[in-house]
Amino acid sequence: MLNSKDLLGIKELSKEEIYLFLDTAAGFKDVIGRDIKKVPALRGKTTVNLFFEPSTRTRTSFELAAKRLSTDVINFSVPTSSVVKGESLIDTALTVQALGADFIIIRHSSSGVPHLLGTKIKASVINAGDGTNEHPTQALLDAFTIKEKKGKIEGLEIAVVGDIAHSRVAKSNIYCLIKLGAKVRLIGPPTLIPKEIEDLGVGIFHNMEEGVRGVDVLMMLRIQMERQDKGFFPSTEEYSRNWCLTTDRLSLAKEDAIVMHPGPMNRGIEIVSEIADGPQSVILEQVTNGIAVRMAVMYLLAGVKR
Amino acid sequence: MPKELMNKKDIDRAITRMAHEILEKNKGMEKLCLVGIQRGGVFLAQRLAAKIKQIEKKDIPVGSLDIAFYRDDLNIRKEQPMVRRTEIAFEVTDLKIVLADDVLFTGRSIRAAMDALMDIGRPSLIQLAVLVDRGHRELPVKADYVGKNIPTSTSETVVVQFEEEGLEDRVMLEKPDAGEVKSA
Amino acid sequence: MKVLIKNGHIIDPSQGIDGVGDIYIESGKIKEINIKSMEHGARSTGQKPQSSDVRIIDASGLLVVPGLVDMHVHLREPGFEYKETIKTGTMAAIKGGFTTVCCMPNTNPVNDHASVTEFIIRKAKQEGHCTVHPIGAITKGQKGEELAEIGTMKNEGCIAFSDDGQPVMNSAMMRRALEYSKAFKVPVISHSEDLTLSDGGVMNEGLTSVTLGLKGIPAEAEQIMIFRDILLAELTGGRLHIAHVSTAGSVHLVREAKQRGINVTAETCPHYFSITEDAVKGYNTNAKVNPPLRTSRDLEAIKEGLRDGAIDVIATDHAPHHIDEKLKPFDMAPFGISGLETALSLSLQLVREGVLTIKELVEKMTLNPAKILGLDKGFLKPGSEAELVVIDENKEFEVKSERFVSKGKNTPFEGRILKGMPVFTFCKGKLYEW
Repeated sequence: MLNSKDLLGIKELSKEEIYLFLDTAAGFKDVIGRDIKKVPALRGKTTVNLFFEPSTRTRTSFELAAKRLSTDVINFSVPTSSVVKGESLIDTALTVQALGADFIIIRHSSSGVPHLLGTKIKASVINAGDGTNEHPTQALLDAFTIKEKKGKIEGLEIAVVGDIAHSRVAKSNIYCLIKLGAKVRLIGPPTLIPKEIEDLGVGIFHNMEEGVRGVDVLMMLRIQMERQDKGFFPSTEEYSRNWCLTTDRLSLAKEDAIVMHPGPMNRGIEIVSEIADGPQSVILEQVTNGIAVRMAVMYLLAGVKR
Repeated sequence: MPKELMNKKDIDRAITRMAHEILEKNKGMEKLCLVGIQRGGVFLAQRLAAKIKQIEKKDIPVGSLDIAFYRDDLNIRKEQPMVRRTEIAFEVTDLKIVLADDVLFTGRSIRAAMDALMDIGRPSLIQLAVLVDRGHRELPVKADYVGKNIPTSTSETVVVQFEEEGLEDRVMLEKPDAGEVKSA
Repeated sequence: MKVLIKNGHIIDPSQGIDGVGDIYIESGKIKEINIKSMEHGARSTGQKPQSSDVRIIDASGLLVVPGLVDMHVHLREPGFEYKETIKTGTMAAIKGGFTTVCCMPNTNPVNDHASVTEFIIRKAKQEGHCTVHPIGAITKGQKGEELAEIGTMKNEGCIAFSDDGQPVMNSAMMRRALEYSKAFKVPVISHSEDLTLSDGGVMNEGLTSVTLGLKGIPAEAEQIMIFRDILLAELTGGRLHIAHVSTAGSVHLVREAKQRGINVTAETCPHYFSITEDAVKGYNTNAKVNPPLRTSRDLEAIKEGLRDGAIDVIATDHAPHHIDEKLKPFDMAPFGISGLETALSLSLQLVREGVLTIKELVEKMTLNPAKILGLDKGFLKPGSEAELVVIDENKEFEVKSERFVSKGKNTPFEGRILKGMPVFTFCKGKLYEW
């Protein structure tokens, strides 16, 4: 049913493929909920985590998913590897493949790196985040979480708040939610929302109160401090005053609205602690669902014949 | 043209007999539960549970088990088997489990089911109930309760239909060149 | 050697020649041109061929034009010989029908000193297959801080000056360069790009760059600098030539400046009238070029600019890179398209589409660049050096970069079937054929 041995992005997936990932993830959530959180499905396969950008949570999530499918996991950490010695990206990937990798999970600061690798190696390439392009497994686990909590995605009003321009999480979510029929709105300062993105069929709000009114789901994005240095907004205080999710602002959304965040959170800057730890937050469930979704991704990709 | 081997009445009588056999062999319902293998075994388990309730006037716990992750043919199949839910709402450790499946053939599904059950807990005993045993075992697996023994050749297919799927209750034997759709 | 090219359709815009005729070449010079067409009457100039050891080429149905002049190529020597050398680059030029090329100074060392100019000219004489005229740097090291020795370099052989690869960001410096160059009657070629707006971008800014997650270069980065350069040309009276025009807004600015009588000329490159930013999809680094490939609206405006004369020249901006350099993540790969061997076919497409007549196309690739640079090229006259191209407009070929003569295999046209190519090129006394 899947068209490609790789998961490069949501853009490359059809609605049917997305639902296949979500339905399969439900089965894996059963597995990780029990005492023995492991299945022998991908026994003997080898997973390599090739992370060129630092990341603890995503890498750990993939590592757990890979181990729970009974694969062997190798973490290829960049500073100590030959990459620093000048070995090209392609050479690194081919070497990893020669070591017997069946899955290469890659995170890189340049957009398009998983696509470059996907054409050159036989292993399944899973994009764990490339530049400002996509982070497809994050979007899948977010969609899974929304579907679990709300029963459906079609027709929901979903707000994505923060640095859309530089967030691969935002982009993958926008593509995914639109494909699944949700109504997406983006909230944030104009300097962080590229105007062309309106052509995808999303609403744009620069005022937080207007933007959150009546929404079913609030997806908060992390604000990176480097953006302030480059003049995208004058200070984190000003950002926070205008776009932080406070309890007052949350009360303007639907009563049963859920609050999401891909993590790690800047408490007090994009979201207040009362909400992050409160009853409407599904942030921790996102983490749990992440493992089930990543297991589903690996399980299904393993079945695609080369 | 598929050949009908069991009709609705035949199936019902077989299940009634199997329910009695289960209670006889286990000397009652104590610490007993039924687990159906997705998907055909689930319906069988539910029907056996209903019969047992009729006889003993008490509910017996029923669960469903998906074995996709435990199959031994994941590497050679054309695509990954569909993943269904495993719903076992009770603690299996120290319970007597009667596994249920619609057709017993090579025995590999049963091996996978046992591995899955072992990862869920430690049952005190596992027995096997199948509606049809068509022979050609490839592993040392034996059913404790059999609805009907049907000798087949490996090129034939045994198809079990349940009302719960929206079809008529039926067991059919399809020869190799039969390519007909299931009749409603 | 003696060569007789018979019955070709000879087009020489510089002399108004457009008819079927013969050209006889001996010892590297054109000995006679004999036009038979009704338009100009039977015209016979020069001596007739004498002996029977003449190579006769039947050019019926083929075009015969002056050797093409490419005023914007990167030959990479000295310093980047792994990408291209004068030898391989000029061979690629010949294959593409070019008999004169002008090479940009962003070599290593930069051609900002007469000694580097001398090296290039000497190497070209020894190993070059066609004529090479160096373009010197405007500023030392192309750093945009101090003027290079424009006068001395012109004396050594530079025919124009440019910091191509870089813009001259500082307006006062650009003004100075335009003023100073007047003394030496050389054009200043501007790579117009506002670096603070392009700011590390790698493709055209738009919905495509957003959905690919690649930093965009807005069209305004080019337009703002073109406008600045035009105003400075007006202020100083210097001779300004705008390199690689890529946007609709840029064409408009040049057109409007010409209408106001400002001494400015402009060039574009085949990729800007053949493909758009869509070629980048899939992260194809062979479509990564600066200025970037733009939208279809810009593409149409470029064609219109060629049609109405706003754009004077078609140059290649031939920018070869080593295959390993392009096999990198998109934002790390260098900018550039290896264009010498596909330029003519892509340009002939303009004639097929009715954007230009064949005569106008030949002008834009021979006479116009020669005039802008003050070169004695772009014509077919008896007694002159034989530099000409015989073109089969209908011959089709599949673009296969592995077969490129250039070391640079970086082309976004890989696998495309193109139509029209040179079948013979005559240059420096040698006949090349394919």
